[in-house]
Amino acid sequence: MIGLEQVYLVAGLCFAAFALLSARDGGNPRRWLNAAFWGLLALSMLAGDRLGDFGNGLLVLALVAIAALGLGRGSGGASVEERSAEAARHGNRLFLLALVIPLTALAGTLAFKHLPALVDAKQVTLVSLSLGVLLALGVGMVWLRPRTLAPLEDGRRLMDAVGWAAILPQMLASLGAVFALAGVGEVVGGLMSGVIPEGSLLAAVIAYGLGMALFTMVMGNAFAAFPVMTAAIGLPLLIHQYHGNPAVVAAIGMLAGFCGTLMTPMAANFNVVPAALLDLKDRNAVVKAQIGTALPLLVVNIALIWFLAF
Amino acid sequence: MTEAVNLWVLSGIAVMIAGFALRFNPLLVVAAAAGATGLAAGLDPVAIVSAFGKAFNDTRYVSVVWIVLPVIALLERHGLQERARVLIEDMKGATFARLLTGYLLLRQITAALGLTSIAGHAQTVRPLVAPMAEAAADPQDEATREEVKALAAATDNVGLFFGEDVFIAIGSILLMKGFMAQQGIELAPFELSVWAIPTALFAFAIHAFRLWRFQRRRLTR
Repeated sequence: MIGLEQVYLVAGLCFAAFALLSARDGGNPRRWLNAAFWGLLALSMLAGDRLGDFGNGLLVLALVAIAALGLGRGSGGASVEERSAEAARHGNRLFLLALVIPLTALAGTLAFKHLPALVDAKQVTLVSLSLGVLLALGVGMVWLRPRTLAPLEDGRRLMDAVGWAAILPQMLASLGAVFALAGVGEVVGGLMSGVIPEGSLLAAVIAYGLGMALFTMVMGNAFAAFPVMTAAIGLPLLIHQYHGNPAVVAAIGMLAGFCGTLMTPMAANFNVVPAALLDLKDRNAVVKAQIGTALPLLVVNIALIWFLAF
Repeated sequence: MTEAVNLWVLSGIAVMIAGFALRFNPLLVVAAAAGATGLAAGLDPVAIVSAFGKAFNDTRYVSVVWIVLPVIALLERHGLQERARVLIEDMKGATFARLLTGYLLLRQITAALGLTSIAGHAQTVRPLVAPMAEAAADPQDEATREEVKALAAATDNVGLFFGEDVFIAIGSILLMKGFMAQQGIELAPFELSVWAIPTALFAFAIHAFRLWRFQRRRLTR
């Protein structure tokens, strides 16, 4: 059955290629740091299950140390003139190739659900993504005829542009696990429920919505905030004491948390990674662009809970 | 709560806020925060490193998305971004606000159908949406150019977040159903997803309005 194991194999080989190509990039004065960083990530993908928990922990510490020393950026790449000439030559057919990954994701999502013997049903998305990548690379190599290593060389340069931000989402998810182990959620929930004035439904609704957004901003993830805030305020006050509709309280409470996700660099894969991918000078430019939507929408969500649940 | 609450476990949150404010490397800040909270909770250093390592290994799927980069790089070397710009410049009615509002609607609708992974920052925003938005906006200075690109990324996020919960089998809906069931409240996924619709409509209206206002105030055409 095709599942995570095969996906991690593809990812591991891809990072290993980035590492090897970094090592021989004479134009990058920090090439050995880059090679070590992507090499360790390749090791994690290929052999993480055999390293043991402590071994994986040491691997993470090494990644952090390399990132703190500072990664360099890969050199080379096509000029604007070359790319414009290529664009004129290939025309709109380039969009067809660009659609291979989304279309494979779409087809895979629809088809693999019916083939549980072939593809692990829980990993349909990642398997479809990997297949889409391999398919697009295959078609692209045949049609565009680049030098054999060109996609990996240019891909590595893009990877260097993202740099340490590439593993920030994974690091934050791991931090969430340590926070859970230490009981951070319960402490925050206890503090939040302590500040609500007795007998005020409106204050409880506001504390629930705001608390969901704020705790999401701290954790970077509404999934971490939801159990905490619902256990601290949603269930005891809104649902049990004031008899609010539990489906409304839960569903719109989660969406209030999503407003928090839009406003925090902690949600790195949505907010920090695109800033790196788009070469923005300000690391928080995407967060700043989202605050104007997130704040009014948070007010709307709190009002919706107030009107629809009671 | 009867027993004494150990407020020191919150030290990790303080480390995060201070570390980000002082602009230390975020990976270093995250590791320090895990260490501070772990020690405050009475874990020994080996246990903290092991817990972090286990969680890191269990969440590797988060970093798999980078395998798209060689494909994006191949397309970009052969002029995809330039082609996207030309396409938009040739379209008469393609303004910045119309383009991104259309993308917002498309992203919300496809996410609501469960198709969350057909688009994203690496797959669609960098190679297609951002260059198209830039071409349609024709920003006159560097600050506006940055804002145009940031808004393209923001539009993808807003569309995804406030579309996906309308789908019944998405992670957050299953989390809510599972958590509420543990608390003795049985909810059907459909009950939860239907209440995501009002917020989805407001999200579209608010963000589309902001795009239109940005165009009117900051762009010349």
